[in-house]
Amino acid sequence: MTNRLPITKTYKLFIGGKFPRTESGRSVKVCDASGAVVAHTCRASRKDLRNAVEAAAKAQPGWAGANAYLRGQILYRMAEMLEGKRAELAGAIAAVGGISDEAARGEVDASTDRLIAFAGWADKYPQVLGCHNPVTGPYYNFSVPEPTGVIGVICPDEPSLLGLVSLIAPVLCSGNAAVVLASESNPIPACVLGEVLATSDVPGGVVNILTGLRDELAEHFASHREIGGVLAAGVSADHRRLLEAGAAENMKRVRVLGDATDFGDDAAMESPWQIEPFVETKTIWHPASA
Amino acid sequence: MTTFQEQDATHTNGTSAVGPGRSPALEFASAWDYAPTPESAKVEIADRYGHYINGAFVESISGDVFETINPATVETLSVVARGTAEDVDAAVKAARQAQPRWAALPAKERGKYLFRIARRLQERAREFAVLETMDNGKPIKETRDVDIPLAAAHFFYHAGWADKLAYAFGGANPEPVGVCGQIIPWNFPLLMAAWKLAPALACGNTCVLKPAETTPLTALRLAEVFDEIGLPPGVVNIVTGDGEAGAALVEHPGVDKIAFTGSTEVGKKIAAATAGTGKKLTLELGGKSPNIIFEDASIDQAVEGVIAGIYFNQGHVCCAGSRLFVQESIADAVVARIENRLKSLRLGDPLDKNTDIGAINSAQQLGTITRYLDSARDEGLTRHEPNGCALPDKGYWCRPCFFTGVQPSHTIAREEIFGPVLAVQTFRTPEEAITRANNTPYGLAAGVWTDKGSKIFEIAGRLKAGVVWLNCYNRFDPASPFGGYKESGFGREGGLQGLRGYVRL
Repeated sequence: MTNRLPITKTYKLFIGGKFPRTESGRSVKVCDASGAVVAHTCRASRKDLRNAVEAAAKAQPGWAGANAYLRGQILYRMAEMLEGKRAELAGAIAAVGGISDEAARGEVDASTDRLIAFAGWADKYPQVLGCHNPVTGPYYNFSVPEPTGVIGVICPDEPSLLGLVSLIAPVLCSGNAAVVLASESNPIPACVLGEVLATSDVPGGVVNILTGLRDELAEHFASHREIGGVLAAGVSADHRRLLEAGAAENMKRVRVLGDATDFGDDAAMESPWQIEPFVETKTIWHPASA
Repeated sequence: MTTFQEQDATHTNGTSAVGPGRSPALEFASAWDYAPTPESAKVEIADRYGHYINGAFVESISGDVFETINPATVETLSVVARGTAEDVDAAVKAARQAQPRWAALPAKERGKYLFRIARRLQERAREFAVLETMDNGKPIKETRDVDIPLAAAHFFYHAGWADKLAYAFGGANPEPVGVCGQIIPWNFPLLMAAWKLAPALACGNTCVLKPAETTPLTALRLAEVFDEIGLPPGVVNIVTGDGEAGAALVEHPGVDKIAFTGSTEVGKKIAAATAGTGKKLTLELGGKSPNIIFEDASIDQAVEGVIAGIYFNQGHVCCAGSRLFVQESIADAVVARIENRLKSLRLGDPLDKNTDIGAINSAQQLGTITRYLDSARDEGLTRHEPNGCALPDKGYWCRPCFFTGVQPSHTIAREEIFGPVLAVQTFRTPEEAITRANNTPYGLAAGVWTDKGSKIFEIAGRLKAGVVWLNCYNRFDPASPFGGYKESGFGREGGLQGLRGYVRL
């Protein structure tokens, strides 16, 4: 019997609920610790980013308009799907080496639990971040948090799955749409997550996943005028400056998590203060008189 | 705007019997000569003011000065130190040095200083009101009834937060940011100082405040209050000057946070300058706020809201309702009433208690407004300027006006004018109103007028604006967060959410 040649997969991008190849036709090899190719991923271009932003902008109002209970249930459904893909995701995390199978399984579990936490926040964070304001005078006055819009999410290299999920869960839970740039050193878990999303109830375009190079794409995340905010972790000081300078283009809300961020710290990472940076407080006044 | 509405009550009653489309003539301005009722309080103004650094008034290290004038008379009020990078450096050092001890004070004690500031402001309110009117040009009834009481209220409100911050940030551990550089505009000089300083101090930060070049005097008088109440030296430092001092503050490595209120253009420069520095940033920027009137609104009330929305403070208001959207079916009636109402506004001496419209703050701002009026003329728009008040001989003045036939592409429908200029547009359906209201890079405020509850909340929810006034406009309160969506900036001032910009979690 001859040795069977394994099929190495070429992962595609995830944009608007579909899996297009990068329009640039470029790809990146992903190798294991021995240097053997385990997969190819797309090297997304600026045009792919634009397409992803367009899909996100189109999907965002509907996602924000869905009631909070429903958004919570969809995030919970996403967690269920993750649980079902536990083995594949753990394999993807471990594919490039440097992490034990056990640790990879632990990372999948932590990611699933993180989604569960934010599934629960969806219909509660407005009660924590919003309030009634006791103004002087006969007015009824209250403040509500609303999603910023389309958020660019630039993931750290490590942890490849937990980093991504920790960044997108608070962004999605309030009704934002996300355009994600996956871990550069191991984009495979992000690609598998895209496949999970495609079969979950998350509407197409609410999460879009690009694979590619931060050096190429960070500046376009920074300058794109339809991106309302950028959340990044594990980026260099240069990229941080570049992203923050992007705020000057259209007053993006930019949040860069420091290198000391511990994605395993449940109390910190599942706090409503992870949601708060990408909501806008709307304050509404109405006279109160008979 | 309180005064607008109070005073307007009689007019509103007088006109409410008149059906839509008819325009009762109420030419108060020309028919009745009001006797002058000048504010009698005298206020002492020193010939010269220095910066307030580390608890003392000091000259600029360079010795540079500039004049601050009364825009209603063009008379010089005083000569003020012009700050440079060296003065900013001294102020930042003083703030840096004072910060650990200020933050380490028992929180309730820290709050007590703010309570004291609020009290002294209330006690000296009349003096502050007169001084503000002289330095800024805005009517005394506004400084008396709005600017100064609200400034005091801001200190009072935030005083109580000092020892309750843990409750504001449930589950997190709020820490002060450190030294805050705060740059404020000339349209509400003392009130903006209060908006910036009160939350910063309550959260345990120390401050370097840069008042606007044309309106430094009330901030410097506030420094006298700090002295009076024994605020520790260095906790608040004030450097007067122009953009040079502001830029030096933004770039100073000893500053942990920049809070800026002003134009979107400068806000973008500040965002670029602070990128990658680790400085926290909150920005309250420009606006082109929509005020939407539906056919089922109470029209008299709505017209009062339009007037208060755009002509309050000569239109020098970032959240001014400068884009009026009127449902087509009532457009003629609304325009007729605005026209009529404008006739009864009294423009003139800001120190006169009957004055509704004061002086434009500076020659520069008058130039900006004039350029926009010219652009509207060049683009073929019809200008309505029914107010018949004679413009005073001296000073900077602009008659309140509005334009009809405005399309979204017209310059005055897109750009912030910061003057008493209203662009009137019409719409047919709620959907169209929402789309057009949101069709702007700005997102500071919005107004909606309809008596239909379900409609008003649907529209409030869909407007992309940080403050939405329903059946009212231009209301402010220390407990109510203020700040914008999109290019109107980020961060809030006032209320619980306003504390967020002054803590690290």
